[in-house]
Amino acid sequence: MSENPSYLQGLQEQLGGAIEEIAHPHGQLCLVVKREAICQVLQFLMEDDEACFDLFLDLTAVDYLGREPRFEVVIHLSSIPKNHRIRIKVRLAEDDPFMPTITSVYPAANWFERECYDLYGIRFDGHPNLTRIMLYEGFEGHPLRKDYPVKGRQPRMPLRKPEVRRSDVAFEPPQG
Amino acid sequence: MGIIEGRYGPNILITSLDKVFNWGRAKSIWPVTFGIACCAIEMMCTAASRFDLDRFGIFMRPTPRQADCMIVAGTVTAKMAERLRRLYDQMPEPKWVISMGSCANSGGPYWQYGYHVVKGVDQVVPVDVYVPGCPPHPEALLDAFIQLQAKIDRETLAKQTA
Repeated sequence: MSENPSYLQGLQEQLGGAIEEIAHPHGQLCLVVKREAICQVLQFLMEDDEACFDLFLDLTAVDYLGREPRFEVVIHLSSIPKNHRIRIKVRLAEDDPFMPTITSVYPAANWFERECYDLYGIRFDGHPNLTRIMLYEGFEGHPLRKDYPVKGRQPRMPLRKPEVRRSDVAFEPPQG
Repeated sequence: MGIIEGRYGPNILITSLDKVFNWGRAKSIWPVTFGIACCAIEMMCTAASRFDLDRFGIFMRPTPRQADCMIVAGTVTAKMAERLRRLYDQMPEPKWVISMGSCANSGGPYWQYGYHVVKGVDQVVPVDVYVPGCPPHPEALLDAFIQLQAKIDRETLAKQTA
């Protein structure tokens, strides 16, 4: 599984400057791509007859706090006719994490990018509706970042203090 | 004909008002259908034919305005807490709340570090019966209803002095 597939040669000829790294962790091809060229690379992988990645599986991010560049956006693609997969990573710096949206190539990435924006604070330029998808309006910060406080709470409404009246407590152990 | 009809002459039945009210309330608990997470599966199971809440006069109602009990069956997130409170406020008095499962009791697996989960639904609405379990058995929920009925039976219309 660690041999480079044939479509990789065509990709390197066409967009060789965009690929920073090629590796085979866990027997799966993994490319590290420059963020400016991510759409061209994905377009090639989707349209090339050998690659034929027609199925977008996943887009998420990893926060490597203390490392530079800090963020990695991870994209998983699959090919139904060829039955193979690929992992694509884009490394983003801490001070201004953004990358171009890939919804122009894979429209299914729409909500994944919103989730990524919601939980990691990574912006996707050109996204049709880049708003929080799971957390509520007014939530401050991005909770899946490693520097988000682990006990940080942001309740939407004032919480009451639960009271226990003595007359309420009537636990009767089961008979027999 | 039933076994009571036709046995007594014209008469006046005397009982305490509390007993009549509590009997009526305890024997017709109508919970609002409000399942949030996996506990709702067990809640559905409890209401379905095998365990059959109908035997106790317990009917799920599709709207809070016809309900007098709320089973909080699942994880209450900060986002859901507001909706839950709104549903609770729409229920007519008297009303009771059953907190079903670890998540509703204390936050469950998210009790310590969850950034999005309310640590116990009793911080949002007052809770009458807590059901432990993850998720609880249908028998446990049935027992919670029996406990709730016992609790309703202890209630009184009289003004509490203490």
